[in-house]
Amino acid sequence: MKDVSFGQYYPIDSPVHRLDPRLKLLFLIVYIAAIFVADSFWGLLACAGVLLFSVLLSRVPFGKVLRAVKGVIFLVIFTAVINVLFYAGETVYWSWGIFSVSKEGMVFSAFLILRIVLLVICSSLLTYTTTPVSLTDGVESLLSPLKVIRFPVHELALIMSIALRMIPVLSEETARIQNAQKARGADFESGNLIKRIGAFIPILVPLILSALRRADELGDAMEARCYMGGKKRTKYKKLRFGWGDLAGALLGAALLTGVILLRIYVGGVI
Amino acid sequence: MMNALEFEDVSFSYGEGDFRINNLNFTVGQGELVAILGHNGSGKSTLARLANRILQPDGGTIRVFGETVGEDNLYDVRRKVGVVFQNPDNQNVASIVEDDVAFGAENIGLPREEIGSRIGFALKATGMEAYRHATVARLSGGQKQRIAIAGVLALKPQIMILDEATAMLDPRGRKEIVDVVLRLNREEKMTVLMITHYPEEALLADRAIVMNRGEIVMRGAPAEIFARHEELLTYNLDLPRIGKICKALQAGGMSVSDTLDIQTLADEIAKELACGS
Repeated sequence: MKDVSFGQYYPIDSPVHRLDPRLKLLFLIVYIAAIFVADSFWGLLACAGVLLFSVLLSRVPFGKVLRAVKGVIFLVIFTAVINVLFYAGETVYWSWGIFSVSKEGMVFSAFLILRIVLLVICSSLLTYTTTPVSLTDGVESLLSPLKVIRFPVHELALIMSIALRMIPVLSEETARIQNAQKARGADFESGNLIKRIGAFIPILVPLILSALRRADELGDAMEARCYMGGKKRTKYKKLRFGWGDLAGALLGAALLTGVILLRIYVGGVI
Repeated sequence: MMNALEFEDVSFSYGEGDFRINNLNFTVGQGELVAILGHNGSGKSTLARLANRILQPDGGTIRVFGETVGEDNLYDVRRKVGVVFQNPDNQNVASIVEDDVAFGAENIGLPREEIGSRIGFALKATGMEAYRHATVARLSGGQKQRIAIAGVLALKPQIMILDEATAMLDPRGRKEIVDVVLRLNREEKMTVLMITHYPEEALLADRAIVMNRGEIVMRGAPAEIFARHEELLTYNLDLPRIGKICKALQAGGMSVSDTLDIQTLADEIAKELACGS
C-alpha cells in the first residue's frame, strides 16, 4: 500500500508533459483501439515501439513506468493462466478434463499479456505526465458537448480531480489503520481467502467513515473558498493545441491505420 | 477603529444534542489579532463556520465590515473572510500546489493573468514560492497548511480566520504557521481571528476571548486572562509554559512575578540569584 504510483503525477518538464491533455486522452483511446485491433506480432511490435518512443520522450524513469505494471501483475498472470487452460486450440500438448494446453492458447495468452502490459503502461504514462487538474480540464473540455443535454460535466471533472488528489491520502490512511489493527492483534496474513477478506472489514469501516468525514470538511473548505459550481468560474490554465499535439495526433492516426492495414492485408496469428 | 467582524446576539444549535451557542457578542477591530481560546466542544470552531456562513445562525446578526451577512451577499462575504481549517489534508482540492492555490481565485471568475499574479503573491506571503509546481501530497504538514493559507490569500481576504490551523502540526509546522500569520497581521495589516487551544498562541494576540460550552466566559488582553489562572483551569485551559514556570518557581520559594515575558522572568531570576549569593 505504501507504493502508490497509480494516478500520480511525475513532476518534470518534457515534450510529453507539455502536450494538450485532450490530445493525450484521445491518444490513449486510439492507442487502446490499436492494441486490440493488432492481431499479429508486427502489429503489436509497432504499438510497443510507439509506446517506447513516448516513454523515452517523457523522460519518466523506466522503473516508475514498470512499477505501474507491478500493480497489476497478479491480474496479468491470473488471466494468462486461465486463458492457456481454457483456450480451445488445435495443436494440443496436454489435456486433462476440460483443461488443455495448446500452442494457440499459449500464443493467445502471450498476446493478452502484452496487451494488458501496454495498456497499463500507456495509461500510467498519461497520469505521470499530466497533472490531475489538466487531466480533468481535458475531460471537461472533451465532454463539454454533453452540457447541451445538461450532463454535469464540470462536477464530474471536479470529482475526478479530487479522487486523484485523495489517492495518496487514503492509501496512507489505510496503512495507518492496518497497522493499528495489527497492533491489536488483527491477522491479515493467514487463513483462507474468505477469512482474509473478512479480516479487511475492520479496515474498511474506519476508512469509509474517515473518508466521509474528510469529504464533509473538504466541502466546507471549498465553500469557504467561494466554490459555487461551474458557473462564472474561470480557468488558470488554458488548454492550447500546439505543434507537438499535431505531431501526436498524426502519430496516433498513423499507428491505428498501420495496424488496421496489417490486419487486413497481412493477417494475424490469432 | 472600524469593526471588521461583529457578532451580535448570535445563537446557533446543530438541532440535535444539547450543544448550543447563546447570545454571542463580540467584535474584532480592523487590523486586530484576536485569539479565541477554548477546550474541545466549547463552540469555537462553530464560530468560524458561522462567520462566513457555512453555518447559518438561528438568531442574531453577524456583520462583516458593517455589512450584515445574509443569503444575498454570501460570496461577497466569503471573499472578505478567509478560513483556514484544522486538517491540512482535507482542504487542498488539487494535487499540484499552484493549481490548489488557484482554486479560490478561479471560483470567483478572475481573469487568467490576475490569477497568476495572485498565486505568486500568495506563495510569496507564505514563503512557499519554491514549491509552486510541487505535489501537495509530498509536502510536510506545516507546508500543506501554508498552502491552505496561500489558497485563502489568493482571494485577497480582509479577515483571516484560523480554525485550529495548527492543531494537527508538529512544533516546527506550528511555528511556520504562527510566523506567517504574525507577519500577515503586522505587515499586511490583515485582521486575524485565531481559534486555538494553545495558550502560547493566545499570548501573541492583541486580545483574547475564552469560550466554554458555547458561551464567552472571559475576554481581555492575554495577560489579563492568564492572570486569572484558577478560573482558566475550570474551563480545562492552562497557562502558557512560561506562566507555569513562574508558578513553579514561586512554589519553590523564589519571589518572581506572574510575568508572561521571557526577558522579564530571566531578569527577575538573575536578580534573585544575585541576592542569594
